[in-house]
Amino acid sequence: MLLLLLGIVILHIAALVLLFVSTIVNAWTTGSTSSSDLWNNCSTTNGGYHCAPANTGEWIQAVQALMILSIIFSFISLFLFFCQLFTLQKGGRFFLTGVFQIFASLFVMSGAVIYTVMSPTWVHGSEAFGWAYIIAWVAFPLALISGLIYVILRKRE
Amino acid sequence: MLTILALASVILLGIVPQQSEGIVIYTGWERHALVGSDIRLSCSFFSWRWTSDDVTFSWSYRSDGARDAISIFHYTGGAPYVDNKGPFRDRLEFVGNPGRRDGSILLKNLDYGDNGTFTCDAKNPPDIVGRASSVRLLVFEKVPIQAGVITGSIIGAVLGLLLLIVVIYYFMRFLVARRVFNLSVSKHGKKGKGKEGSQQRQ
Repeated sequence: MLLLLLGIVILHIAALVLLFVSTIVNAWTTGSTSSSDLWNNCSTTNGGYHCAPANTGEWIQAVQALMILSIIFSFISLFLFFCQLFTLQKGGRFFLTGVFQIFASLFVMSGAVIYTVMSPTWVHGSEAFGWAYIIAWVAFPLALISGLIYVILRKRE
Repeated sequence: MLTILALASVILLGIVPQQSEGIVIYTGWERHALVGSDIRLSCSFFSWRWTSDDVTFSWSYRSDGARDAISIFHYTGGAPYVDNKGPFRDRLEFVGNPGRRDGSILLKNLDYGDNGTFTCDAKNPPDIVGRASSVRLLVFEKVPIQAGVITGSIIGAVLGLLLLIVVIYYFMRFLVARRVFNLSVSKHGKKGKGKEGSQQRQ
C-alpha cells in the first residue's frame, strides 16, 4: 500500500516538475542561432547572446497564462492529496485531488494546442520545435493519468 | 541649543543654492499615440533659483533615421515662437505655463512620420547649466496590449472563479446545515438549545 502511494506521489511530482521546466526553460522553438519560448526571443548574433521580450500578442499571453495555471492547479492538487490522505474516511475517493490534476492537464493541453495552432506565425521556416515544447506535450498525458488514478483510487487502511 | 540648530539649518540652506546642481529638466521617457490624435508633450524643470523673467524653453525634434535635430519651438522674452516652416507648421501649439515652470507643447493630428525623439531644453538664468531631456514618440495604428495584461487577467479570472466556487460551496453547506437544523427543531418540538433567529414552522 505504501509502495502504491509512493508511486502515485512520484508520478504527480514528475508531472509537476515537467510543467515547471517546460514553462521556464527557453526552448520552445530552437533554430541554429536563436531560441525562443513563451517569455523571450533570444538570439546569438555576432554581438553576443541577447534576449528581447516576446511579441506582445494576445495568444502568447494566453499560452503563458494557461501554463502558469496548470502549475498552480497541479500544486493545489498535490496539497489536497496530502490533506485528503489524512482526513478522508475509509473507502473514500480522492475525487477533489483528481479533479484538480485533470484540470491541470487540460490547461497544459490547451496551452500546447494554442502554441501548435499559432506555430506558422511564431515558428519561422528555419526553426523547429524545441524540447520544452515536447515536454509540455509529455506532461499532458502524465498529468491526465495521474488525475484519473486519483479519481479511481479508493482509500484503504 | 534649538536656536543654534535652526540657525545652522538656515545657513546651510542659504549656502547650498550657491553650489547648485544646476537645472534639472523633466520630460516623459516614451509616449504612445494613435494616428490622427493629439498629444501633449510635457516639459518642466527644477531649479534652486526663483523663476526668472528671462526663462527660456526650446523643443527640438529628431526624426527616426535622421541624423540631426531641428528646432521646432522656442519660448523667450515672454513670448512663444512655434514652428512655421518645418514638419509641424500649423500643428504645434504652446500649452505650457512658464511662470509655473511648465513648457509643454501640443502636437495635433499625428502621423507616422512624427515618430522620433523630442528634446526639451530649459534655461532659468542665472541657472543655465543642465542637461536637456528627451522623450520618444511612437505613433501606432492601434495601441498594442501591454505584455502580461492578458496573462494576468486570465490567471486572475480562473483563480477568482475557483475561489468563488469554494465560497459558494461552503456557504451552501452552511445554509443546508441551518435548514436541516430548523427542520429537526420544528419536527421534534422544543429542543434543548435553540439557535438565535431560527424560524419556528407550524
